[in-house]
Amino acid sequence: MTYKEVQHLYWRAGFGLKPKELQYLVSFSKEALVNDLFQKSKDIVPLQKDLSYLKAFPEERLKRDADLRRQLNQRNTEETKILNTIWFKRLEKTPRVLRERMTLFWANHFVCRDMATNHILKYNTTLRTHALGNFRDFVKAISKEASMIKYLNLSQNRKNSPNENFARELLELFTLGEGNYLEKDIKECARAFTGYHFKFNGDFRLIKNRHDNDIKQFFGKEGNFDGDDIIDMILEQKQCAQYICEKVYSYFVNSTINKGHVSEMVDIFYGEYDIEKLMRYVFNSDWFYNKENIGTKIKSPIDLIVGIQRMVPVYFTKNEELFRLQTLLDQFLFNPPNVAGWKGGKSWITTNSLMLRIKLPSMILEKESYSYQYRGNLKNLRIVSVKNKYQEKLTVYVDWKAYKKSVKKVPLEMLKDTLILCEVNRGTANYIKRFGRRPSRKNLVNLMSLPEYQMC
Amino acid sequence: MKRRSFIKNTSLATGMALVPNFLKAFDDLVPNLNTHRNLVVIHLKGGNDGLNTIIPVNNDIYYNARPKIAIKQRETIRLNDDLGFNKNLMPLKKLYDQGYLSIINNVGYPNPSRSHFVSSDIWQTASDHSNILDSGWIGRYLDKYGKKPYNAIQIDDDLDLALRGERRNGIATRNAKQLYRSLQESDFNTILSYHDHSHHHEHNLGYLYQTMIDAKSSAKYLYETALDSNLSDSYPKASTLSNQLKVVGQFIKSGLDTNIYYTSLGGFDTHANQVGRQDKLLKNYAEAVEAFVKDLRKNNKFRNTLILTFSEFGRRVKQNYSNGTDHGAANNVFVIGESLKKSGLYNSLSSLNDLDDNGDLKYEIDFRTVYATVLSKWLNADDRIVLNQDFEKLNFI
Repeated sequence: MTYKEVQHLYWRAGFGLKPKELQYLVSFSKEALVNDLFQKSKDIVPLQKDLSYLKAFPEERLKRDADLRRQLNQRNTEETKILNTIWFKRLEKTPRVLRERMTLFWANHFVCRDMATNHILKYNTTLRTHALGNFRDFVKAISKEASMIKYLNLSQNRKNSPNENFARELLELFTLGEGNYLEKDIKECARAFTGYHFKFNGDFRLIKNRHDNDIKQFFGKEGNFDGDDIIDMILEQKQCAQYICEKVYSYFVNSTINKGHVSEMVDIFYGEYDIEKLMRYVFNSDWFYNKENIGTKIKSPIDLIVGIQRMVPVYFTKNEELFRLQTLLDQFLFNPPNVAGWKGGKSWITTNSLMLRIKLPSMILEKESYSYQYRGNLKNLRIVSVKNKYQEKLTVYVDWKAYKKSVKKVPLEMLKDTLILCEVNRGTANYIKRFGRRPSRKNLVNLMSLPEYQMC
Repeated sequence: MKRRSFIKNTSLATGMALVPNFLKAFDDLVPNLNTHRNLVVIHLKGGNDGLNTIIPVNNDIYYNARPKIAIKQRETIRLNDDLGFNKNLMPLKKLYDQGYLSIINNVGYPNPSRSHFVSSDIWQTASDHSNILDSGWIGRYLDKYGKKPYNAIQIDDDLDLALRGERRNGIATRNAKQLYRSLQESDFNTILSYHDHSHHHEHNLGYLYQTMIDAKSSAKYLYETALDSNLSDSYPKASTLSNQLKVVGQFIKSGLDTNIYYTSLGGFDTHANQVGRQDKLLKNYAEAVEAFVKDLRKNNKFRNTLILTFSEFGRRVKQNYSNGTDHGAANNVFVIGESLKKSGLYNSLSSLNDLDDNGDLKYEIDFRTVYATVLSKWLNADDRIVLNQDFEKLNFI
């Protein structure tokens, strides 16, 4: 394996490596490295969040007291933001990088948003529990999550007055993809999921008298199907494996689908629906390391920030600043734009977001001033010209000592190979040559400020 | 043959490299003034309460539903027997009297979303609620008709979805100098100066460099083309919309090759203590528009300009317990211009007797018919390509 190939594996399966980690791992075989990634991600460790504030909001009182419900909503808004920082910390620090990467992937597949902190935490735990597990169990678990039941209106889905929101997205976004079912399938599917509800603590509850027990017709079969039956029948369609494999391929390998590669994946995935087996196959395949797949993906904002943090430890002393960066860069954890999730790729990039991305390393690491302005809600928070009076600097603490240690005796060339995976053209290479040979702070920031660093 | 099409044809026949540089520069700087038209969009963000903007002054349902926040008949500026302007909209009343304002009532879409986010996306992408597109309607206009990113400009720091196309994006900037300055303050220019532009990149990295090159050329174009002398000082101070429209005025007077300008005014999400807040916002809005129209008319540019004002939804007919209103559905849209075919009230307000299940106004006019009308009748574009559907055209222009 070359440096590039190892770093490629670690960027797609995790969040990149530091120079010395790379130097160490490069001596191992591909199989050993892939095995190690899975081994390290074996444990399932939920995010840890204190929920004791909920004691002040007992179920019985909430039922009667609209004011208390409003208070709880406000409190939850704050607590979910704290949960956001907890996930961020996890992304930065975890040794279980593959499980974390998979969790991010699935969070953008089974997209859900919920202000109830305890429910969305439970949802997140379900995502990480099944992230490398069985897709069949995964879909069934998701359909019974309180947050999902709320998000896609399953609790309003009742016998004789079905709400089709969940049924539609189940088929369109979660399993088969648009155009692989009929409107009638959606209607019948919705009937099977009638009566889905949840308890106060977030556990699943089926309200029997809201459930439609009549005969449904789905994909050519007839019976009194319930939700799980429907999911089994969807997964019988090879199209489901096809759809998921295409999505995995475009996220982990290349947004341009190679039909041959995907069809190999479908053969592995269809039937068993074993996610770990599928991912092992992808990371072990030769084509995963093809030139056209390395350094050709545009980093998401989370990749970008976490990537910087994993190179140089950065501590956000004010949570607000971490929120601000996520908002400015258009990816706020636990707050996806809609049920289709973040589109990714080129859609991250506009003139302004790119200028900000290029400036980001110096903002974080050199605390170069930047400016922003609040206008109305958080969504409208935007960066403004630096020569503006709202100018501000991040108050982050940067652990340069740790960085220095991590690049001791590392030549700049090695640092460059660690940070930049894509091809560098001659002009840019000449620019980098002027940096000299030391992996100094300034040179680190300069390298990270290149458009090439936006790629992974 | 027109000058522009001559150049285009020549460049097609001979390759752009053979067109003399001075001609190219000339082509960039001077749009065809005879046919050049501007569309200025104003988004009232947060969901403006249309019922307290244009008030149904003889409607008992309205007064009963809003005991604390209904606006009394005598506090309105009468528009006709049934409707009155909010008193802060005097400048709009003047435009109305001159035949320069068309009020389209009950604009919305089927199965309305009450989420700011979703509904804004629906308006910005011109989508069905069941299938929200990834690209904005102005972005798709650029995909088809744009040549430069600055053909559509949002006067802001970041670009709304409306201006993001499948292949092309508009430009967001607060003023003519901002982009240029921000470029100076980052490594942008240094990086670009070293970069070997003849090198062909893989498409994603290529997109990043293309975006940088676009930013740089737009920054330079705006810096050089938009003249400070065109910044009028007759706009009201301390209002974000007024500042934005002032810049739009500067750009239009400077003859920028831009067809669409996008602006916004936020703060309309009036769940509590609505009246004072909305009054202030409407006043800001009306005074900014008044100054803008004056600025354009003085410079003979009003006839080339159409102003479209919308909000992502209206608000519930019934007030809430906090003397505010919650998210609603259909709402009014204002169209301002010199050559309106149908000025005044385009249609009458929907019945407050016949609300939807949430107690919101039902829509009568799909907002996309407004876009289709503006695209085809004002910008001479094929609205079917931009909107992916054939919508009915209205008669206001």
